[in-house]
Amino acid sequence: MIAEAGLAALWLAAALAILQIVLAFGPKQVRLVAAGPVRSIAIVEGALTVFAMAMLMWVFERTDLSVLLVAENSHSAKPWLYKVAGAWGNHEGSMLLWVTILGLAGAALAIFSRRLDTKTLTAALGAQGALALGFFGFLLFASNPFARLNPPAFEGRGLNPLLQDPGLVFHPPTLYVGYVGLSVAFSLAVGALLTSRVDSELAKAMRPWVLGAWIMLTLGITAGSYWAYYELGWGGWWFWDPVENASLMPWLAATALLHSINVLAARDSLRAWTVMLAMIAFSMSMIGTFLVRSGVLTSVHAFAVDPERGTFILALLAFYIGAAFTLFALRSGKLSEGPRFELVSREAALVGNNLLLTVILGIVFIGTLYPLFIEALTGDKLSVGAPYFNAVAGPLALLLALLVCVGPLLNWRGDSGEKLKRLIVPALVGVTVVAIAIVTMPGGLLSKAGLGIAAMLAISAFLPLVGRKLRRTPLSTWGMVIAHFGIAVTLVGMAASTMLTKEVLTAARPGEQVQVGPWLVEFKSVAPTAGPNWTALEAELRASRGSGVTVLKPQARYYTSPPTETTESAIKTVASGQLYTVLGKPAEDGRWQLRLWWKPLVTLIWLGGALIALGGALSLGGRAWRGLRKGRER
Amino acid sequence: MKMLRFLPLVLVALIVAAMVWRLANPPDTDVASGMIGKPVPEFAATAALPGEPMLSSANLADGRPKLVNFFASWCVPCIGEAPVLAILKQQGVPIVGIAVRDRPADLRQFLSDNGNPFERIGSDPQSKLQLAFGSAGVPETFVVDGKGIIQSQHIGPIEPDDVPGLVQAVKDAK
Repeated sequence: MIAEAGLAALWLAAALAILQIVLAFGPKQVRLVAAGPVRSIAIVEGALTVFAMAMLMWVFERTDLSVLLVAENSHSAKPWLYKVAGAWGNHEGSMLLWVTILGLAGAALAIFSRRLDTKTLTAALGAQGALALGFFGFLLFASNPFARLNPPAFEGRGLNPLLQDPGLVFHPPTLYVGYVGLSVAFSLAVGALLTSRVDSELAKAMRPWVLGAWIMLTLGITAGSYWAYYELGWGGWWFWDPVENASLMPWLAATALLHSINVLAARDSLRAWTVMLAMIAFSMSMIGTFLVRSGVLTSVHAFAVDPERGTFILALLAFYIGAAFTLFALRSGKLSEGPRFELVSREAALVGNNLLLTVILGIVFIGTLYPLFIEALTGDKLSVGAPYFNAVAGPLALLLALLVCVGPLLNWRGDSGEKLKRLIVPALVGVTVVAIAIVTMPGGLLSKAGLGIAAMLAISAFLPLVGRKLRRTPLSTWGMVIAHFGIAVTLVGMAASTMLTKEVLTAARPGEQVQVGPWLVEFKSVAPTAGPNWTALEAELRASRGSGVTVLKPQARYYTSPPTETTESAIKTVASGQLYTVLGKPAEDGRWQLRLWWKPLVTLIWLGGALIALGGALSLGGRAWRGLRKGRER
Repeated sequence: MKMLRFLPLVLVALIVAAMVWRLANPPDTDVASGMIGKPVPEFAATAALPGEPMLSSANLADGRPKLVNFFASWCVPCIGEAPVLAILKQQGVPIVGIAVRDRPADLRQFLSDNGNPFERIGSDPQSKLQLAFGSAGVPETFVVDGKGIIQSQHIGPIEPDDVPGLVQAVKDAK
């Protein structure tokens, strides 16, 4: 009954989505009275999707083996947490999560966007309903998560062990909230184009959604990067894998949107551009979902390849993105340009930010899809790897980081550049760091320049606070400062770990010692051990740096259902970096493969990511609080 | 400038077209080796068993098309492959072996247990020859024509079903 209740909720939600579209885009008489009902419908629809998701989590929690999806992806002997999180550790469940967040976003839009004019809001909710309907259709006709299995299975097949990790609990939901949260910006842009009301009011209504989605995307990507880093045992934090790029592209678009939306909100400029970015951002989310779900691109993320489902999603995204950009082509000409600004001004700096982000987005997009285009045109097979992305996107990203030092110091409209003198000291620090790096460190110029620019940015990020009363500075300004500082922190981590990582791959007998960077690692022993649904060989490593001994226990794990071997790395985090250890295969003569890395400052990469998200959260919180206070004063 | 507004739409159409093409032509993940059609690398390998004839690239260009089999006594799938190699030999296909990272004593035991279908066996103690052929594991088998040019590569053990195809490939390699 649980599964049937979930399925019924989905059908009901789909029916409501149809009603929502009819009311929002129907004849004029209907539209005039539609505002109230459309909002209520959006809220009920959101509640129904949450109910359906809860039902799926419930059947997974009970390991109800009469549900096909549970039998195929779960197992009674799995830890409780992974039983529940396993609900979205598969294709159907993850699409249901996607749709649930889409429904929730629609409901939240209906509840919270009270300041936007009614016509635009109704049209936006109609667009949101249209998005939801397509994906409801996809679930109900091509990916039903509640399908029954008759007779029930005796035991489930189990969940891919790589997914049996706390990362599964956080990474997909945060990333999806980010991906799908951008749908609200998309729907608002479509609504505003339909009603021809692209102005600062729209920007103010759109900003919290973009900010919220962007925070979650930032967290999701950061968490995913760390998960891959420790779980896959490769010791890398970014692989330029198509599925990683699929999450990076919406983030780049959302970051650009986040900045251009401020220009629209404050100065009523960049109207057409901002609307286009809002459409691109969610289009990238949909393309990302398609790339991941269809198996169109070869990726380390081994998702099931299913051409039929791929065709369905492709048809959906071609329709939505095509319709949105057709609307844009027809309507954006009517948008007036908005006030002009000078070459040295906040607006100009933000345009620079947008151009650079867009070009980086283009580079990642081309690199990701290039193999597909080339094979379609010439039949040649090739792959595009890290060297392309690093060499082409790296310098532009550094240029952007330089611009981040400058932009916040400029005034709107026009600026004499007086405050730019404050950058002299940070710039000198940056140059000094580059000089020191060139003399003392191995590695490429890009990383050294990155280190210098990071040093400059780390100081310049705080310059907007100079001359302000700190307690009176709005939280959103603090948010910007912290997010920009986070970029510097991440850059330091990337540059330092790229240049200074020490790697040792060796075969050692128990009792032998291995030196890696400043660490002396003693290989004590290998012993068998077991967990709830796995057995493992566990090494005991005693690592020391001068004084004190740290014990690390990397494992080579064997899961029985499904039968899979995984490597569980053991990592020691200290202030100056991480010691990363992996136990490999035994050799015939009693030696064991050991892989050891010393990665200086690598943790800063994720710490910076967290700071960037924290900056976004402060900004969002500050704006929400000010909004509340204003509301009360009225 | 007005037409610029249609640019996103055009880009979307292009991307969708590429994806439609991909869905209609599912990816074929087998990438043929770059060594196909090229002469075998120059080499002179010592005999894997002391006292037997050595193996060099000249032996692979003696006018007779043949199979070059990379194997090892420590390789379990190679044991399963041995009877199939024996069938190939019976059908008149010349086979030379390259023993990867092997020891004479182990190899002699392996051949006496599983039969010896090889005309010559070269030794490849450091896998250097294997890498030069563009081979990543054992067992792997190359069809080499009479001029010493690599015609095809078979990755993994040869199964009984593969025999007719390989016999034909060797015949065609004249």
